[in-house]
Amino acid sequence: MSHPADLNIDRIAELSRLALTPEEKARFSAQLGSVLGHIEQLAKVDVAGVEPTAHAFPLHNVWAIDVAQPGLAVADALRNAPSQRDNMIVVPKVVE
Amino acid sequence: MNYEAVIGLEVHIQIKTHSKVFTRVGAGYGHEPNTLTDPVVLALPGTLPVMNKAALDAIIKAGLLLGCEIAAVCKWDRKQYFYPDSPKNYQISQYDQPICIGGFVEIELPGSARNVMGEHKNIPLTRIHLEEDVGKLNHHVIDSLVDYNRAGTPLMEIVSDPAMHTAEEAFAYLTSIRNTMIYGGISDCDMEKGQLRCDANISIRPVGETKLGTKVELKNLNSISFVRDGIAHEIKRQLAVVAAGGKLIQETRDYDGQTGTSQSLRSKEMAHDYRYFPDPDLMPVHVDVAWKNSLRDTCPELPFDKQRRFLSEYAVPYTITSVLIPERKLGDFFEAAAKLAGPGRAQAVGNWIANDFLRELGAGKIALAAAKITPAHLAALVQLVDAGTLLNAAAKEVFAEMFATGEAPAAIVARLGLTASATDAGELETWCRDAIAANPKALTEFKAGKDSAINAFKGPIMKAAKGKANPKLVDEALRRLLASL
Amino acid sequence: MSAPLYFQTIAGLSAQLAAGRISSVELTQSVIARTKVVEPRVHAFNSFDEPDALTQAAASDVRRAAGESRGPLDGIPVGLKDVIAVSGQPLTASSKMLANFVSPYDATATENLQRAGAVLHGRLNCDEFAMGSSTENSAFGPAHNPWDLTRTPGGSSGGSAAALASGAAIATLGSDTGGSIRQPAALCGLVGLKPTYGLISRYGLIAYASSLDQIGPFARTVEDAAIMLGAIAGHDPRDSTSFKTEIPDYRAELKNRRGPWKLGIPKEYFGAGLDPEVGAAVEKAIAFYKSLGCEIREVSLPHTQYCLDAYYVIATAEASSNLARYDGIRYGHRSKEAKNILDVYQHSRAEGFGDEVKRRIILGTYVLSSGFYDAYYLRAQKVRTLIRQDFLSAYREVDALVTPTSPIPAFKLGEKSADPLAMYLCDIYTIGVNLAGLPALSLPCGFTASGLPIGLQLIGQPFREADLLATAHAYEQAHDWSKRRPAL
Ligand SMILES: [Mg+2]
Ligand SMILES: [Zn+2]
Repeated sequence: MSHPADLNIDRIAELSRLALTPEEKARFSAQLGSVLGHIEQLAKVDVAGVEPTAHAFPLHNVWAIDVAQPGLAVADALRNAPSQRDNMIVVPKVVE
Repeated sequence: MNYEAVIGLEVHIQIKTHSKVFTRVGAGYGHEPNTLTDPVVLALPGTLPVMNKAALDAIIKAGLLLGCEIAAVCKWDRKQYFYPDSPKNYQISQYDQPICIGGFVEIELPGSARNVMGEHKNIPLTRIHLEEDVGKLNHHVIDSLVDYNRAGTPLMEIVSDPAMHTAEEAFAYLTSIRNTMIYGGISDCDMEKGQLRCDANISIRPVGETKLGTKVELKNLNSISFVRDGIAHEIKRQLAVVAAGGKLIQETRDYDGQTGTSQSLRSKEMAHDYRYFPDPDLMPVHVDVAWKNSLRDTCPELPFDKQRRFLSEYAVPYTITSVLIPERKLGDFFEAAAKLAGPGRAQAVGNWIANDFLRELGAGKIALAAAKITPAHLAALVQLVDAGTLLNAAAKEVFAEMFATGEAPAAIVARLGLTASATDAGELETWCRDAIAANPKALTEFKAGKDSAINAFKGPIMKAAKGKANPKLVDEALRRLLASL
Repeated sequence: MSAPLYFQTIAGLSAQLAAGRISSVELTQSVIARTKVVEPRVHAFNSFDEPDALTQAAASDVRRAAGESRGPLDGIPVGLKDVIAVSGQPLTASSKMLANFVSPYDATATENLQRAGAVLHGRLNCDEFAMGSSTENSAFGPAHNPWDLTRTPGGSSGGSAAALASGAAIATLGSDTGGSIRQPAALCGLVGLKPTYGLISRYGLIAYASSLDQIGPFARTVEDAAIMLGAIAGHDPRDSTSFKTEIPDYRAELKNRRGPWKLGIPKEYFGAGLDPEVGAAVEKAIAFYKSLGCEIREVSLPHTQYCLDAYYVIATAEASSNLARYDGIRYGHRSKEAKNILDVYQHSRAEGFGDEVKRRIILGTYVLSSGFYDAYYLRAQKVRTLIRQDFLSAYREVDALVTPTSPIPAFKLGEKSADPLAMYLCDIYTIGVNLAGLPALSLPCGFTASGLPIGLQLIGQPFREADLLATAHAYEQAHDWSKRRPAL
C-alpha cells in the first residue's frame, strides 16, 4: 500500500478543480494524512479471491423502454443559471 | 529507409433512439437550444440515470453485424473530466467491460477502374462500447454558449485495432461502417449532423518494424473525405519530419479540411487522469443467448454480402451493384423488382433503377421511401418492353408517368395510347413489302449476309405505322418476307 | 392532560384529525408557532414556507371534509432534510454552492409524501452535502440539540432530528449514508430508521455516496416511523438501484409480528471507546429482551475494525465524482473572480464548498487517481464484501442484532470539529450497516445522568423492516423514554 506521503495535494486539488490556498493545502494534507494513516489498515485484510461489492443488492438489466417524454421548459432548465444568453448557458470563452 | 503508416480509428456514432440513453426526454437534432433537457440531462442535484433498452438493442445489433463477441456481462463506468459541455463532469461510458469485443469491418479498396471491383479485406476491431454524448459549445468572441440538447444522446464508440496503413483504407473503413450502420437501422450516420465522428491515431514506422511509432491523434475529421485527406496529410507530415531528421512528438492535432492543414492543440489543459470507476447509480447488463438471437433475427444481410449475391444471382454488372448497395432500400427495391420481372430481366431492372429512377428521385429531391413507383410496376414495365409491346422511347415516357402518378404501366400505356400496334397482319405485310421494294440496296446487302441491313427497312415501316407497330412483329414479318424473296 | 399538538405523534394526531377534533390548519399553526419560538435557539431549518404550509394544510382539510382523506399522514406537518428536492422550493444541501438553488422537480420521496397528504413545511439543516456527524458543517450555521443547546444534535441529518425533538415538526425525513439518521436520532431521543438499500427511491436525493445513501424517517415512536416508512417505500423506475419488493402494512405488522426473537450481540460493538452510560443502557435493553423470552447470543462481525476505512474510501470516492457537477456553470455558485473556464471551476468550487466537503473530495479524488485505484477503491470494495458476509453469516443464527447507535451521547458543539478522524469515529457502530445495505433503526433506551438521550440500534435483515420495527415496538411499549420531551 502506498504511503500517505504520496498524497500530492497540488495534483489532487488540480484534478478536483479546487483552488486551495497554501494554508488549506497544508492543513488538509495533515488532516488527511491521519485519516489515510487509519485507512492503511485495509492493506492488512486478506482479500485474495474476494469479489468486490459494488451494490449491496445487485440487480441487472434495469432499464426503461424507449418512449420519449416531455422534458423541462427552457425557462425551468435555465432558471438557476448564473449567466445565460439566447437560451444558452454563458461561460468564459472555451479555447479547444 | 522505407516507412509505413499505422492507423487506428475511433469512430463515434449516434444511435437513433426516441429518447436519450440514460433518461427519457426526447433525443433529436436541429431543435431550439436547450429544449431537449430534463433534470437528468442537466445533472441537477439528486438526479439518476436509467438505461434505454433500445440503445442496448442497437449496439448489440451493431456488434452482431460487425462480428463482435457480445459480452455476457458488461457494466458502466464514470470517465471523469471537467468540461462545460459535460453536465455531470463525468461521462457515463464503459471502461474495462465493454459490451462488444473484437469483430471486424470488411472494406473494399478502389479498383483499377470505376467498373472494376477492388480488393476486399477485413479490418479488425478492438471493441465497441456505449456511452453518452455531450452538449454543444458555440464559440463567440469573448464567451462560449452551451446548448445541452445533444447531451445524453446514445453514442457508440467503435475502436479499430491499429491495423490500417493508408488513407484509402481509412476512407473505405468509414464508408463500410456507415453503410453497415445505415443497413442495420442503427444510425443515419449523417456527418453534417454530427451523427458520425472520427478521431484517427496515426504513426509511422520503418517497414518490418512491429512496434508502434509515436502516435499523433488527429481530431475534428468531420467529413469522410476530410478523414482521407487529413490522414494523408498527417502521414506526409510525419514522413517529412523524419526525413528532415526531426523527432515526432506525441500530440493531438486539429485538421482543417478547408485549408488542408493541421495544427497542434498545445494542451494548456492539465494532463488527464480520468479516474474511471464503476457507476454506482447503474446496474450491469447481462446479455443471454435468447436476447442475442432475437436481435440476430433483425440483422439484415451485410452490404458486401448482398453485393456478392447480386453479382452472382442476378448477373448485374459491378457498376450497377455499386449504385444499388450503399442504400439498403434501393437494393431491396431492385431485388423485389428483379424477382417479379423474371429470369433474364434483372439487368434491365438494374439499369432502370441506376439511371432513370435515381435521376427522377434526385430531380424531385424525393426520398426513396416516398417514391410512388413500386417494384411490381417496374417489373411490369420491363416485361412490356421485353415482350415488344412497348418501345424503348415510349417506355421512358411511361416510366416518367409511373414516377409521377404511381399508376401501373399497363394503365399508362392504355391511357396514353402507347401500345405498340397490334395492327392486322395484312396491313403490316403491306408496309413491309413497300419498305423492301423501296430499298433494293439494303435487300442486296441482307441477302449477302449482312444481318443488320434489316434495320434499314424498319424506319419506313414505323413511320407508316405512325410509331405504333410492335417492333418484334415487324422484325418477324420482315424476316419471313426476306426469306421468301 | 395531553401534550400540545406540536409534541404529539402522527398516530394520535391522525385520530384527532379523523374524528374532526382538530384541523390540519390548526395543527400546522401550532407547529409554526412552536417553530418560531424554538428556531432561534435550535436552528433546525434552512428555509420555512409558512404561507405554503398553510395552503397545504387547508387543502388537506378540504379533502377530509369531502371524505377524501389520504390516510394517517394527511394534514401532518413533515419536514424534509435539505437534500431532498421539492419542486419550486429551495434545495441547498446546507452549502453556499446551492444557496440560491430552487429545484424545478420533486424527489420521489417528496411525491410519495404529497400523495399521502403530508404538509411539507420546511427544509431542514444538515451537514453540508450530508457530510458530517454534528451538523456543524452546515454553511448556514450548526443546529443545536434541543436537550442541551450547547451540544450537537448529531449529523448529518441534525436539523431533521432537532426540529422533531423540539416540536417544530411531527415527523421528518433524513438521509443516512454512514449513520446520518440513526446517530442524530440517538442523540436527540428519537426513533430513526435507515431502510434497506433500495427500499426508498434515491431519485431527488442529493447524492453523497450513491451506493450507501438511503432516505429514512425520524419519528417520535416506532409506530410513527412505520407510518412514514409505508408512505415512502416502494419501487421507483427512476432509480435503477430501487428494489422491487412487496411493501407490507408496516403499522399493522407491529401487532402481528411478535417475538420472541433470537437477538445477536456483536462483541466488536462493545469495545473501547463506548461511553459507560451508553453501554449500561444498552445492556439493560438487552436484559429486557431476554426477559421477554428472546434468545440472546453473542456473535462476531470480525471485519468491524475495517468498516471505517472501507467506508471513507468508498464514500469519498463516490462523493468526489457526485460533487463534480457543482461547477458554477448550469446552476449554483459561480465565482466573481473567474476570468477563464478553469477559474470558473476552481474558484467557484473553492468558494462554494466548505472544508469537510473539500477534504472528502480530495480524499476521494486521491483514492481513485491513477496508480491508487486498486490499493484503495478496489480493495475497499472487496473488504465491503467481507463486511457484508459477516452480517449475513450472523443472520444464519439470529434474527436481528442489538448494539449501541453512537458510542457517546451528544457532544459539545466545537468539541470535534478540528479533528476529522475523531468525528469519523462517531460513526463506528453505524457505517457497517450502510456498507452491508441493511436496515437498522435507533430508538431511545435511556438517558445519561446529565439528561442526554441514549440510542439503541437494532440491525435487521434485508427488506425485513416489518420485523425490525416490531422488535423495536416490543421494547418501546414497555418503556417510556419516547414520551419524554426536552424542556425549551
Ligand atoms: Mg475514446
Ligand atoms: Zn467516446
